[in-house]
Amino acid sequence: MTAALSMDTIEAAEPLVQARNVHKAFGEVEVLKGIDLDVSPGEVVVVLGPSGSGKSTFLRCINHLEAIDRGSIVVAGEQIGYSLHNGRLNKLPSRAIAVQRRQIGMVFQQFNLYPHMTALQNIVEAPIGVHKQNRKEATELAMELLARVGLTHKADAYPRQLSGGQQQRVAIARALAIKPKLMLFDEPTSALDPELVGEVLATMRDLADRGLTMIVVTHEIGFAREAADRVVFMDGGIIVEQGRPDDVLGNPQHPRTRAFLSRFI
Amino acid sequence: MISNNRTVASPPKGDAEAAFRDVANAHKPFRTDRWLLWGITLLVAANFLWIVAHNENFGWPTVAQWFTEETILRGLYVTLGLTVVAMTIGVAIGLLLAIARMSNDRLASSLAGLYIWFFRGTPLLVQLIFWYNLSTLFPEISLAIPFGPTLASWNTNDLITPMTAAIAGLALNEAAYMAEIIRGGLLSVDKGQIETTEAFGMTRARALWRIIIPQAMRSIVPPTGNQLISMIKATSLVSVIAMADLLYSVQAVYNRTFEVIPMLMVAVIWYLFITSILNVGQGFIERYYGRGEIGSTAAKKQEKVAVAEISAMAPEGSK
Repeated sequence: MTAALSMDTIEAAEPLVQARNVHKAFGEVEVLKGIDLDVSPGEVVVVLGPSGSGKSTFLRCINHLEAIDRGSIVVAGEQIGYSLHNGRLNKLPSRAIAVQRRQIGMVFQQFNLYPHMTALQNIVEAPIGVHKQNRKEATELAMELLARVGLTHKADAYPRQLSGGQQQRVAIARALAIKPKLMLFDEPTSALDPELVGEVLATMRDLADRGLTMIVVTHEIGFAREAADRVVFMDGGIIVEQGRPDDVLGNPQHPRTRAFLSRFI
Repeated sequence: MISNNRTVASPPKGDAEAAFRDVANAHKPFRTDRWLLWGITLLVAANFLWIVAHNENFGWPTVAQWFTEETILRGLYVTLGLTVVAMTIGVAIGLLLAIARMSNDRLASSLAGLYIWFFRGTPLLVQLIFWYNLSTLFPEISLAIPFGPTLASWNTNDLITPMTAAIAGLALNEAAYMAEIIRGGLLSVDKGQIETTEAFGMTRARALWRIIIPQAMRSIVPPTGNQLISMIKATSLVSVIAMADLLYSVQAVYNRTFEVIPMLMVAVIWYLFITSILNVGQGFIERYYGRGEIGSTAAKKQEKVAVAEISAMAPEGSK
């Protein structure tokens, strides 16, 4: 659905994510050197780039898993980790940051399911414990989500009894269970065996079609081509090039984008 | 297709040979040396037991006579009660210390560090005697604002009985060790798990309680079992502050009857009996926290099918 929207309609909407001049360094190493990015509601943005380009770090800055050094990131009107009060920006304590993060879902490269809980328990943990839903509703929604990722029969399985692809699909269901406004995917297929990548990408494509706002850091060019509204190419801590998938992937303007893409063809 | 071709290609005679070569029918070799070693070990053990049983100096009739005597059982209750109370308080304070030690708050982590440094660095026996003689240092204990007025005050001798001195000494000492054990357990949990709880907007307390501690338990339980067993034996130290525990009760008897060895055998058998029960209990707890691990019995029962499916699947690369 969203894929069919033209760029003009997307740009007209109030952006859900607004990143301005984002800088981040780990010690001496400058990882992000001024990132500007707007993501509109319902938009699927795929971030591509070689390893070390800063794309994963940027994603983790969006929900403040990493604190940025300079610039600002606003998600759904909230600057995560800070509060702006009478023109004064204050750092927030961890409890308040936790509250701000509750509208953002995240899927990790290593799945990070809770190993001591079954698939179903993994999914209902945040809705019941953090969002204070009642158990019955949360369980119903969880079963619905498990059905959507095709794992109803694995509800009572522990993560270690699932294949990597199944674990990642449970992790996606877990992130969806909090009804997020924004979903962040941090290389969701990089830790998977090649034959298991397809099932996870299919699940993600389904979410994209349902109009969920997604920022996906990945190496899957095929997914970018089919599911993305916009492809962002990062290298050396800056956005080198961005645009529609056909343009960026089919006719890259920047030599670094061309060099990167040539490895996949 | 490929496997089909292969069956066709191999001659029928090969099938017969393959049946013989089926490892499921392989015989275990008879190992004479192993049997011999078993035999010798059992023989030596039996002989040792025979000698011990027939040595009159052990005074087995006396052991049997005193084993369930009331004073001994009362001492046993004190030992068990002290162990349970001191261990519970020790684990609770230890947990708080571990969390304080790991927090980003400089004040909390250095205070916890100081506590651990002091209580691990001095002998338990000395700490017990200190608590017991607290009144000589501070005749009165009062609740007051620092350098300000006193709010309430107690006579130290009223507060510190042998019982409270024993509990304070054992529990506070135990807390220092448990703090390090728990900290080690918390550190063993994958960083990704902590990150996930953050990303899902969990408060730190909830993340600890629901996600981090249950996973840390796998590495906390075995050394804690160790601590519990050494705590049972450490309670025997309280006999120096006139606390009537198992060892003290036994001593009280042999000081009168001079049957030192038989009475110590009574204590030894009781200590061994309690630790054996604890070992069994620890096994159950470890199995509980091992759920979700492939090969754990709890998981096996529930998910036999799932495991079978996985092993039938292509090799799992990531884990």
